[in-house]
Amino acid sequence: MNFPLLSVITFTPALAAVVLLMLPKDRKDEARVIAAVASFFTMALCIWAYFSYDRAAGGFQFVEQVDWIPAIGTTYHVGVDGISLPLLLLNGVVAFTGVLISWGVDDRPNLFFAFLFLVVTGVFGVFVSLDLFYLFFAYELAVFPMYLLISMWGWKKTRNYAAMKLTLYLLIGSIVALVGILAFYFEAGLQTFDILALREAGVGGAFQKAWFLPVFLGFGVLAGVWPFHSWSPDGHVAAPSAGSMVHAGVLMKVGAYSALRVGVELFPEGAQFWLPYVILLTLVNVVYGSMIALAQEDFKYVIGFSSVSHMGLVSMGFATMSPIGLSGAALQMFSHGVMTALFFAVVGMVYDRAHTRHIPDLGGFAKIMPMAAVAFIIGGLVSMGMPGFSGFIAEVQIFLGLWQARNLAWWYPWVAVLASTGIIFTAAYVLRVVQRVFFGKLKPEYAGLPGISVLDKVALGILCTILVVVGIYPRIITGVIELGVTSTLALLGGG
Amino acid sequence: MGTFDTSQLLAILPQILLVVLALIVLAADLGTPRGKKRSLGIVTAVGLLIVLIVTLAWPETTEPVFGGALRVDGVGKAFQAIFLLSGLLVALISMDFRPLRQDGAYYAMLLFSVLGMSLMAAAEDLVMLYVAIEIAGISAYVLVGYMREDALSAEAGVKYLLFGAFSSTVMVYGLSLLYGIAGGTGYGRVAAVLLQTPFQLAMVAFLLVLVGFGFKVAMVPMHFWGPDTYQGAPTPITAFISVASKAAGFAVLARALHFLFPALNNDWPALLVAISMVTITLGNLLAVPQRNIKRMLAYSSIAQAGYVLIGITAGGVAGITAVIFYLLVYAVTNIGAFSIVSMVASHIDSDDIQDYAALSRRSPALALAMMVALLSLAGVPPSGGFVGKLFLFAAGIKAGLVPLVVVAVLNVIVALYYYLNVVKVMYTVRSEHEEDAIAVPAPSRLVLVLSVTGVLLLGILAAPCYNVMSNWVTGWFS
Repeated sequence: MNFPLLSVITFTPALAAVVLLMLPKDRKDEARVIAAVASFFTMALCIWAYFSYDRAAGGFQFVEQVDWIPAIGTTYHVGVDGISLPLLLLNGVVAFTGVLISWGVDDRPNLFFAFLFLVVTGVFGVFVSLDLFYLFFAYELAVFPMYLLISMWGWKKTRNYAAMKLTLYLLIGSIVALVGILAFYFEAGLQTFDILALREAGVGGAFQKAWFLPVFLGFGVLAGVWPFHSWSPDGHVAAPSAGSMVHAGVLMKVGAYSALRVGVELFPEGAQFWLPYVILLTLVNVVYGSMIALAQEDFKYVIGFSSVSHMGLVSMGFATMSPIGLSGAALQMFSHGVMTALFFAVVGMVYDRAHTRHIPDLGGFAKIMPMAAVAFIIGGLVSMGMPGFSGFIAEVQIFLGLWQARNLAWWYPWVAVLASTGIIFTAAYVLRVVQRVFFGKLKPEYAGLPGISVLDKVALGILCTILVVVGIYPRIITGVIELGVTSTLALLGGG
Repeated sequence: MGTFDTSQLLAILPQILLVVLALIVLAADLGTPRGKKRSLGIVTAVGLLIVLIVTLAWPETTEPVFGGALRVDGVGKAFQAIFLLSGLLVALISMDFRPLRQDGAYYAMLLFSVLGMSLMAAAEDLVMLYVAIEIAGISAYVLVGYMREDALSAEAGVKYLLFGAFSSTVMVYGLSLLYGIAGGTGYGRVAAVLLQTPFQLAMVAFLLVLVGFGFKVAMVPMHFWGPDTYQGAPTPITAFISVASKAAGFAVLARALHFLFPALNNDWPALLVAISMVTITLGNLLAVPQRNIKRMLAYSSIAQAGYVLIGITAGGVAGITAVIFYLLVYAVTNIGAFSIVSMVASHIDSDDIQDYAALSRRSPALALAMMVALLSLAGVPPSGGFVGKLFLFAAGIKAGLVPLVVVAVLNVIVALYYYLNVVKVMYTVRSEHEEDAIAVPAPSRLVLVLSVTGVLLLGILAAPCYNVMSNWVTGWFS
């Protein structure tokens, strides 16, 4: 038997969480070190998995399969393909950097890292799962501990409300999707939850049309699809920095990924019927999200709404059902993950020092924390879709995909035109916060504030390096993504 | 009537052992000095463990014994195991529940109640059924009112007795109707005659009997006794009634639907679907505003009964196995939760949810165990509650009960809301008693460890347990 790489990646954080839960509460430094070591080890394995994936062979690799509950036909079946592999890497990176920037958490850090790691385990579980039952199991595990992270360490003003709102929204979505999954399981009649087997089930078109929307939008809630997005800005703002990083950075991708893997791939006819309408929702995401972001006075809400807007682009890419659009969506998931993790990390650093996020009260922070300012600007360039960065490639691909897909419905080119206004708003809000927060005059009361710590710098450095490397040499990731997209399109009838 | 054969005694060996155990406890009570009666709890728990092992090791029979009065088949055995396990855990947490007077009669009553339930699970004769229900019920009435000097407990006991007596009266009327129709009391005979009986008559008898069963499982509209009784009863007994008594109700309900009322196979599902929908929804909605944790768990347990009804209604191997699996998970989970409620009440003399503030700082392990239990009740993975609910929902969808499953699924959200509120109080609210750790006596610690590991194991590695249960259930359908 080969080394169970994916299982080790998935369960290292879970194991660390158990150890952390048993740690006495006054062992704060031990808790931090255990968290850092465990997440570094996980990240290293993710990097290793990423580069040892055989690009010539493609398909699902590192596959493991063990019986789980034979009575209902579910197995522990994991593997990664070109779409999930970059997300695996993303999760490893965000988890490690999230631990680094949370070094200052002083209230029961062992519980903080334990709950964070439970989320991380759940996220890994979803990305590697090839079994619907396991996917759902991991999905719920990823969603729930966020409640504790937000309500225990979140922003005092809104945390109770936001934590409950986020949890209930996401659970309603997931549970609606679950009913769809169960319906599909019985309709297919194969007595198995195996995704690869179910793809071949050939379920009738009428059934697919009836059940596609509940499944796609059920998972889509977590991807922030309008009008089910309102948990997202509230939740991300109330969460502690590492929580926002993981939630906006990777957990929203869990929603998008599940919507693609389960919704689109198992219900291809349903997808072809409904996605041309769903794209109108995602258009609202892109344009409305960026407009609202522009109007925010709270630094963190700007980032919160920017996620709504960017995740709209991801779903829009899915809705093109074309090779280039899907590739763009997959790349957008990765680059938005890194960039938004970076944004939330910097926002947290500013807030920890200024104790306010009210944009008019800030200014000149580049003087105190130059490296954070540079990192934020790099993230901002990715966000705006500046050429030379990964966001540009992703957005161009998605827009090209929209044109390519114009035979699906007459409004696709118009969607592209309208969505491009979102990019203008994005540039506006990014430039606005960069200018108002980092440049301008530093207020006297902030003059003596300390700069950011070495660990913060390491975390920002890792995130920036990834953004720059992917911008300079995009093949490092698009080459992998294309391998995965091809197989998805084959299910949709060749694309 | 079959002939009596002493070998038939072997089929009820576990029940005989229970009687012996109860007598041993009563005798030991006489010889135990007043201050040491707590140790009778150990005797009870160890005895129950032995009976449990015997029950599990004993091969199940498919043939009825005692002239058709009992049939200790796989399903019966599974239910008996759940009652014995519940009794065992409840005996352990009773030992350190401070408001409770420790004496032999208490533990003996507990054992008699378990005995009655074990007989309920295997009864296939109307008279046997009634006697078994009364053995279980009367012992439970006594236990609920056991804290005689406590007004709430006494009130709870009286209320439970009155509701119980009323529903048994209605049920016995139904049973006598069945006897009048069939001229016999064996399930097989009654079922055969019912097939030729006018629909209205059979339905009336069914409804009357259902009142009695519904009381046991606390389904709407026979749920009124629940919250007051749960709140007033000694907490370990609340745990016992919410778990074992409910499971016993489902045992008789499942058997009656399968062996007694096949004539109504096309009619009862619609009725139970409606009852299940209302029970789940009402239980959950009424749990939301509760401020007392025992009342909240009471309403939650009403809702849980509604979920189990999905499996009962779906029927078939998948449905009944899901019911048994869920009841096992529920037993392990709920007794775990109540053991914490019991420890907290012994320490701070309060059951208010507000007083759980900062429990995660006072006693991190207790808060964590409570959270695991609550999340399992809500159905969040990786707990057994998640897998159990999934089995129930899957069985429901398989049987075409999609609207019922949708209602149940939406209710999961409501349930999560009130369970999370307790988690919130434990984890986020501060309190001035943060340095005052809750005392955790050894027997209760054992219960907690068993409960948490049980909940997680049943969630992560459900297959071995499910397969065994599924094999036992298959006997009904082959």
